[in-house]
Amino acid sequence: MLNFLIRRLGVMALTMICLTFMVFYLVNLEPNLRKLAISQTEMHASDEHIESWLTRNGYRRAFIERYAAWIGVWPKKPNIDTETGKPVSRFSYCSEPAESVFAGVIQGDFGCSTKFKTKVAEKMLPALRATGLLMFWVMVTMVPVALFFGILSGMREGSKLDRTLSVVSIVTTSTPEYVSGVVLTIIFGTWLGWLNGSAASATGDGITFYNFTLPVITPAIYGMGYIARMTRASMIEVMTAQYIRTARLKGLGFYAVVVKHALRNALIAPFTVIMLLFPWLLTGVVIVEVMFRYQGFGLALVEAAGNNDIDLMLACSLVSVVLVLATQLISDVGYAWLNPRIRVQ
Amino acid sequence: MEPLSAFEIIRQVFVQFTPVWISLIVLFAFSLGFKRKLGLYGFVVETGTGFTGILILGFWLFTAIFASQISPFDPLGQIVSMKDALPGTIEPISGLPYLFGGDKLARDVFSRMVFGSRIVLIIAPLATMLALSVGIMLGLPAGYFGKRIDSVLSFLANLILAFPIILLFYLLVSPGILETPIPYALAGVFFLFPIILLVTLFWSGYRAHPLQLGIRLVLTLLVGGWLFATFVFDRDPFHILRVSPSTLNIFAAVALASGPGIFRIVRGLTLDIKTREYVQAAQTRGETPWYIMLWEILPNARGPLIVDACLRIGYTTILIGALGYFGLGMPPESPDWGTAIKESSRLLRAFVHPALPPALAMMSFVLGLNLLADALREQSLKD
Repeated sequence: MLNFLIRRLGVMALTMICLTFMVFYLVNLEPNLRKLAISQTEMHASDEHIESWLTRNGYRRAFIERYAAWIGVWPKKPNIDTETGKPVSRFSYCSEPAESVFAGVIQGDFGCSTKFKTKVAEKMLPALRATGLLMFWVMVTMVPVALFFGILSGMREGSKLDRTLSVVSIVTTSTPEYVSGVVLTIIFGTWLGWLNGSAASATGDGITFYNFTLPVITPAIYGMGYIARMTRASMIEVMTAQYIRTARLKGLGFYAVVVKHALRNALIAPFTVIMLLFPWLLTGVVIVEVMFRYQGFGLALVEAAGNNDIDLMLACSLVSVVLVLATQLISDVGYAWLNPRIRVQ
Repeated sequence: MEPLSAFEIIRQVFVQFTPVWISLIVLFAFSLGFKRKLGLYGFVVETGTGFTGILILGFWLFTAIFASQISPFDPLGQIVSMKDALPGTIEPISGLPYLFGGDKLARDVFSRMVFGSRIVLIIAPLATMLALSVGIMLGLPAGYFGKRIDSVLSFLANLILAFPIILLFYLLVSPGILETPIPYALAGVFFLFPIILLVTLFWSGYRAHPLQLGIRLVLTLLVGGWLFATFVFDRDPFHILRVSPSTLNIFAAVALASGPGIFRIVRGLTLDIKTREYVQAAQTRGETPWYIMLWEILPNARGPLIVDACLRIGYTTILIGALGYFGLGMPPESPDWGTAIKESSRLLRAFVHPALPPALAMMSFVLGLNLLADALREQSLKD
């Protein structure tokens, strides 16, 4: 087990280095740097102006050096103003150290957001908290309902209930967030007026049933069908196993068999699916946050990408990559731990 | 002029779709009449889910084919007096109604929905086929040879799978990246895969028959080269097709996003099938590895692959819709469903009618694909 964990962590670290390197390269492409320089100098800056701005602020240093400095394994040199000879910060709204220090992701320095005019960490923390809250409520509504539906339909394969629930789950997996969000907002927001079609007030006034229900339900519906189908398949497999027949033959009632014998074994496979659903939920959350104007991680990512906010974009990528890799690890370890056959090996 | 009543709108929509109804009747008369001779398709069309799935897909397929006959207006044309018009409002000059109303730029929502099906039905299956050829071409050797090839390819696949799709799209489909050669290089590599796949397929299968091999190779290279020039360089020698760089970029991004998933499935299937007797028999006969992979293993892996391809086209449709929703790749006036949903969802409090048709169209098309996949899976489990 320990060996397995160490190897997994090694592969994870390698994956992370490769991915962040790729993102760093793509975000720091020449057109993006030029756009940044143009937005930071005047509108009609000449090529020399742009070039001198980029050189002064360290964007013309060797690519590998900049990447290492961003990670925090290479010292970040201060930017020296050629006229005064004094160190200056890249952007007026973020102060940067005046001497050469290690200040990268490892040290907790994520740089400066040009869109929100603040340090990236100050923007990211509340955004992540808001998104965590949203994801938590999505999971809390989606998982129990999906498991319940899946168990109900897998219990008696081919029954009328099974067929109805199967159709329902196919329909929900065919409804992406941007479709269900629109349809639900029309029904509950515009026509009935029960719920708010915008979650913008959730940031300032806190979440309420009125402004938070639609952002939670929208991604939950899309994921529900998928988990339900996985649970159903796993349940069907378990229900045909020998020990279920034995339990039935020794005279146990049908529901006692389902609850005591089948359930625990049938829930192993959905566990991994649910863990792997987190990265996928990330995409859903971005769509939902944009649709309902909820100030979270997703909206920050979209704003960063739309406004060429290089440092914020890098931080967002790092967060999502870490989330994906962490859930993969938890899913693997959890699966091995839940399943005695693998645990013993 | 009086706007149409709800009943009149439904009747009029039904009439507009006449070519689709006729084609569907012909299709199903043919399918049910000859179902015993149609193999798998004949079995699938008999089941309830399969029938519904094929019905929905057939509806959108024929809608895409007859789009210019069905839609009364130009999907991009703006008629100023019809801005935000309610469903059924009569357009004064032509006397024809805006069946589903007008959007905020005074375009006919109905015609846009109909023309949107064309974009979705062309891009989604083609992009999926591209991803499929990449996945097959890399998954087969990874599963068959194992060892170093497998570890390297699997690591690369996991690398891309660990990338949140939304981030991938923002990095690859943003306007800035079109100024760099990256999308063209990426698409150039991806579009090589179908050609390589076909060439290897024919080379390994027809080596003993030079004439047959020659005909097939020349045809593949001619058609493949033409499509390659059209898609990657937008230089169609015959000036028939035009593929804009942003569309090409969508292809590359979708193939990159779905390729690794298909790779994993193909690799798993290959690992399973290569232990079978007929593979050992072929090895004993002294067949080349590529012959065994493409002519022994691949045909026997087709069942799960067809089901997966069906699901994946639906998923690709959702991805392309998401791209449209974020305003990436597609031009802003494009009538595709994702862009239409984005445009209309901002104004839901004032007008709901421009948002519903593209949303329901998108949902029904994906539903059709999922139902068909479900029917196919059930049928393949029966055998």
